[in-house]
Amino acid sequence: MTMRRVISALVHDRPGVLNRVASMFRRRGFNIASLTVGHSERPEFSRMTIVVDNVPETALYQVTSQLFNVVDVVEVMDITDDDYVARETALIKVRATRETRGQIVEILDLFRGAEVISVSPYSVIIEITGPTEQVESLLALLEPYTILELMRTGLVALTKDDTAPQDGAWRGPTLVGAQSHRN
Amino acid sequence: MSDRMLAGGELVCEALQAEGVDLVFGVPGGAILPFYDHILKYPSIHHVLTRHEQGAAHAADGYARATGRVGVCIATSGPGAINLAVGLGTSFMDSTPIVAITGQVTRPAIGKDAFQETDVTGVTIPVTKHNYLVMNASDIPRVMKEAFHIARSARPGPVLVDIPRDVLQEIGEYSGYPQSVDDLPGFRPITHPDPDQVQGAADLINAAERPVILAGRGVLLSGAEPELKDLAERAQIPVIPTLLGIGSFPGNHYLHLSLMGMHGSAFANFVANEADLLINIGSRFDDRIIGRVADFAPHAKIVHFNIDRSSIHQNIFAHAPVVGDAKNSLQALLPLIRQTTRPQWLSRVDDLRREHPLIVRDFDGKPSTQYIIKRIHELTDGKAFIVTGVGQHQMWAAQHYVTDRPNSFITSGGLGTMGYEVPAALGAQMGRPTEQVWSICGDAGFQMTLQELATIRDEKAPVKFAIMNNRHHGMVRQWQTLFYNKRYSQIDTTGPDFVKLAEAYGMPGIRVDDIKDVDSAIKQAQDHDGPVIVEFMVEIDELVYPMIPAGQSVNEMVEDPWMDQQPTGTARR
Ligand SMILES: Cc1ncc(C[n+]2csc(CCOP(=O)(O)OP(=O)(O)O)c2C)c(N)n1
Repeated sequence: MTMRRVISALVHDRPGVLNRVASMFRRRGFNIASLTVGHSERPEFSRMTIVVDNVPETALYQVTSQLFNVVDVVEVMDITDDDYVARETALIKVRATRETRGQIVEILDLFRGAEVISVSPYSVIIEITGPTEQVESLLALLEPYTILELMRTGLVALTKDDTAPQDGAWRGPTLVGAQSHRN
Repeated sequence: MSDRMLAGGELVCEALQAEGVDLVFGVPGGAILPFYDHILKYPSIHHVLTRHEQGAAHAADGYARATGRVGVCIATSGPGAINLAVGLGTSFMDSTPIVAITGQVTRPAIGKDAFQETDVTGVTIPVTKHNYLVMNASDIPRVMKEAFHIARSARPGPVLVDIPRDVLQEIGEYSGYPQSVDDLPGFRPITHPDPDQVQGAADLINAAERPVILAGRGVLLSGAEPELKDLAERAQIPVIPTLLGIGSFPGNHYLHLSLMGMHGSAFANFVANEADLLINIGSRFDDRIIGRVADFAPHAKIVHFNIDRSSIHQNIFAHAPVVGDAKNSLQALLPLIRQTTRPQWLSRVDDLRREHPLIVRDFDGKPSTQYIIKRIHELTDGKAFIVTGVGQHQMWAAQHYVTDRPNSFITSGGLGTMGYEVPAALGAQMGRPTEQVWSICGDAGFQMTLQELATIRDEKAPVKFAIMNNRHHGMVRQWQTLFYNKRYSQIDTTGPDFVKLAEAYGMPGIRVDDIKDVDSAIKQAQDHDGPVIVEFMVEIDELVYPMIPAGQSVNEMVEDPWMDQQPTGTARR
C-alpha cells in the first residue's frame, strides 16, 4: 500500500538548500508531487510544503528522518494526519469562444475562490485557489472546453494548532515498534 | 585576544591548529595555492603530499579510523576535488569523521566554466554529511568550527569546505577561533535515548530465550565496548560483530561469534536464524548481512539501537527501536537488564560453532590466503592493525584475523572501495606510529593506488604489505565461477614484478610461493624497521566460503565442500 504524505519543513534561506533537499528525495527514490517554498515567519528561514506521492508504508518513517538529516533543514513535520489547512492556486488557460464563455463563467460560479482574470478573443485565464480536490474538480469540468495551458503552484499548508514548532523539531509518523520486521 | 588581520588561507591554518590537527594529507594546485603558501608558517601541521587525491582521502580515513580523530584531506579545484570523491564516499558509508578542504576558482569566475571549475559542493552532496562554499574570508573560522563539529558528532562522516582562491587571499579580521557552535539549528543530534524506548528494548531482552547481539561500528564510535561486554555477560548473549564492528567485542571471548551474512561464518548465520531476539547495536542492517529480508532472522524480534534515526526501519523494521548514542543507550539499558544464565541456548550455540567451523584449506604446498592470514594473525599475536582491500582477501581477513583491539581492523565495508588498502594503511600507520600495521592487499586493488608507495617511502611509514597475488580480480572471478557458469570476463590482472616494484620504491620485496616460507617472510617483514612488500603467490581456485548468494538466505548458504572431504578435527580452527 502506498500513500501521499504532506510534509512541512523549515529550512535555512541559503543558496543550494533546494538542491540539497531535492537531491535527497531523488537519491532515496521518493516521488515529489509538489514542492512549494517561500519566506516563513522568520527572516532567515523559508518554509517548504512538500507533497510526496506513492510512499510505501515501509518508507513512511524514512521520508521525514532522511529529510531531517539534511543539515540546512531545521524542522520537519509530517502533518498528513494532523488537523491542517492546505491551499493551492492554479492558473488555467481555457479555450473560450463567444459561445462557450458564458458556460465557463457558469461553471466558475459553482466554486468558491475561482474567477476569470484575463479574457482574450479565443481564451480566458481562470484563477482558482482552494484545496487540491477543488482545483481538480474544476479542471475536470473545464476539460471539455480544452485546457490550453495550466500552471499549479503546488500545495501550501499549515497545521491549525496554536503552538509554533521549536528549532530542531522533528515529527515523523510516530516511532512505534513494528509488528514484523519484514519490511 | 585583540583582532588580527589574516588572509583566508591563514584562517584555515589557524582553524586546523585550534582543532589540534597535526597531520593532513593533500595535493596542491592553482586554486588552493594561497593555503599552501601559508601552511609553511605552521610547522605544527605536518602535511603529507600524497601522489593522488584519492590517496589523500583514504589516508585521512585510515588515520581517522585508527585514532578516533578527525582526518583532514586537501585538494585543489576541479580534478583535485573530484579525485577526493571516492574517498569521501568511502568515509560517508562507514561513518568516518573527515574534513576535506578544496580550493575553488575565484568568486567572479564561478559559473563561467572557468579553468578547473567544478561544482564541487553540488558533486559531493550525496557523499558528504554536509558541505560549504565559503564566500567570505571572515566566515572561515565559523565554517571550520561547524565542519569539525558536524564531522565528529552523532553519526560521524565527511564534511567538505570549498573555498575560492580569492577568498583564501582575502584579508579578514580574526578575533580567535570560535569556542562553540552557535548557529546550527538544523543539526541537533539525539545523544540520549528516550527512556520509554530503552524500557521497550529491556523488556524484549529480559523476555528473550535465544537472544543474539549484532555489534556494529556505532559501538566503536561511541566507545561503548565496556557496556557491550557488560550486557553480553550479564544477560549471557552471544555477540556477532559486523565487518565494521570487528574489535567492538573481544574476539577471544566465549560469547564472541564470527561475522554473519554473505561471507559470514555458517555458525553465526545459524545462530541468527534460530534466535528469538536480535539486538542490533550501532549498525544499519546492511544488505550483505540481511540477504533476503523475508528470511532474515525469521524467528526473531528486533531491537535496534542507532544514533541515526534514518537507519531505524530503513532495511529491517524494529520491534523496539532506540535512537541515541550507543554508549549512553547501553548505560541506560544495563540497570534494567536481569542477570540470567541460558545454558541451553549457549550449548546450542557451541554445537553450531563446532559443527560449522571456519576452515583453513591447504593446497599441497601452496599457501592459501586463509592460511597466510592465519599465520599473520598468530605471528602478530592478533595485535596488529589490519587494513584490507576489497574482495576475497578482505573476507578471509575478516574471518581469520580475530582481534580484541577496538578500531584495529580497518576496511572499506559500505562502499567496498578497492585501492583503499595502500593509502589507508599509510594513514593508519602515521596515526599509530608505534603499532605494527599490516595491509592485506589484493593484487588488483593494490594496483589501483600503488603510487602511494612513494609517499610511504618518503614518510618512512613502516607498513607491512601482504599482497595476496592470485593474478585476478579474485572476487569477481568467484562470482563468475558460481553464477555465470565459469564464463570468465575481464578478470586477468597480472601486474608487475612486485618484488622489483618494491625495490623501485626503495623498500625490500619478498616473494613467497611455498607454504614453508610463509613464516620466515612474515618474520622478516616484522623485523625490518621500514615498509616491506611481501608478495604471496596464491591459488586462483580458492573460493570464499561460506557464501550466501546476494539476496538469498541462510537456507541457500553454501559451505566449503572441501570440509566434507577432510577427517574430522583437521584443518579446523
Ligand atoms: C574501485 C572498485 N572497482 C571495482 C570493484 C568490484 N570488485 C570487487 S572485488 C573485485 C576484485 C578484487 O580483486 P583483488 O583486489 O585482487 O582481491 P581478491 O578478490 O583477488 O582477493 C572487484 C573488481 C570494487 N569493489 N571497487
